[in-house]
Amino acid sequence: MSATVITITSGKGGVGKTTTTANLSVALAALGKKVVAIDADIGLRNLDVVLGLENRIVYDLVDVVEGVCRLRQAMIKDKRLNELYLIPAAQSRDKTAVSPEDMVELTDQLRDEFDFIFIDSPAGIEQGFKNAIAPADRVLIVTTPEMSAVRDADRIIGLIEAEEKGPGDLIVNRLRIDMIKRGDMLDTADVVDVLAINLIGIVPDDEAIIVSTNRGRPATLDNSLAGQAFRNIARRLLGETVPFVNLEEEQSFFKWISRLFRGSRKS
Amino acid sequence: MNVFKQLLGYRESASSEVAKKRLRFVLVQDRLHLSPDRMRQLREELIEVISKYVEIDRDGIDIVLTGDGRQNLLRTDVPVVRAKPE
Ligand SMILES: Nc1ncnc2c1ncn2[C@@H]1O[C@H](COP(=O)(O)OP(=O)(O)O)[C@@H](O)[C@H]1O
Ligand SMILES: [Mg+2]
Repeated sequence: MSATVITITSGKGGVGKTTTTANLSVALAALGKKVVAIDADIGLRNLDVVLGLENRIVYDLVDVVEGVCRLRQAMIKDKRLNELYLIPAAQSRDKTAVSPEDMVELTDQLRDEFDFIFIDSPAGIEQGFKNAIAPADRVLIVTTPEMSAVRDADRIIGLIEAEEKGPGDLIVNRLRIDMIKRGDMLDTADVVDVLAINLIGIVPDDEAIIVSTNRGRPATLDNSLAGQAFRNIARRLLGETVPFVNLEEEQSFFKWISRLFRGSRKS
Repeated sequence: MNVFKQLLGYRESASSEVAKKRLRFVLVQDRLHLSPDRMRQLREELIEVISKYVEIDRDGIDIVLTGDGRQNLLRTDVPVVRAKPE
């Protein structure tokens, strides 16, 4: 077995990298793959919380790099899925505690044992980004359909190509059908058009993401539009051809179902 | 007035269209990596070359980077005052 290392990155912060990393890791583990998710956002640890594993942390990424513990000791096993592990980021350190070479070495130690190694990158174009990108076999770029996020995505795509890790695949997150219909949000086609990069997923803006983060239970484990979207991306990563769903129809279908469900509970 | 506009279904052009146009433009700039300094230099050298042949109105010069979606364009408007003797 030799793992594929997938780095999830973006130019702008807060566009959904951590949410994407958590959900894709879970979705692939649920499909029976061996997955390890590494939080490379040192100083701003979050992947543990989104995965619901925050209360089990003893050692972190920096401890491994500095030889304070063995790699195994820093790997937290998920309680829901058999073959899912997390290596958390250090919270009280900064990005300079880890180098790109450290990341390559660390992932090389894991490659034989896993199918997928996900790396949750920090935002921006500094050292943290370089660390996250160094061991990548594939790069997924997350953006929202907003001008500033798309612009920063373009910058990151340029850097990824400069590091010869390109071209990468695009995930457009937090799409709002109501706004697109009104003509007040860039459509996926517009974003893909200006960035000129392959699209691998469209994720709607969905309350289920916030609820699932509250619970520490990634949305892919349950039924929601966003959860479904992440499951589709996971299958595309496995090489399957999964058609892009028409979010508009899906949304009304989901409303219809949930209304039906609510109605039947009342009676 | 606004009520009339609403009644007639009038709408300013969709903000996503505006965003798309502006985005195109800003990406052209970003991708060219032309700093304001280099732009100034370009402008000076252009003036120098053109002035060899025609007399121009320096204050009226307009140099803009645009894109028409397919290619990046460096559009320069140079007001010509009169021909220079050969
Ligand atoms: N598809 C979505 N629908 C609704 N909220 C989302 C979605 N994706 C992300 N969010 C929210 O946006 C915020 C930022 O997401 P996060 O994954 O932490 O971004 P990043 O890691 O890029 O900084 C979080 O509060 C998250 O819950
Ligand atoms: Mg994050």
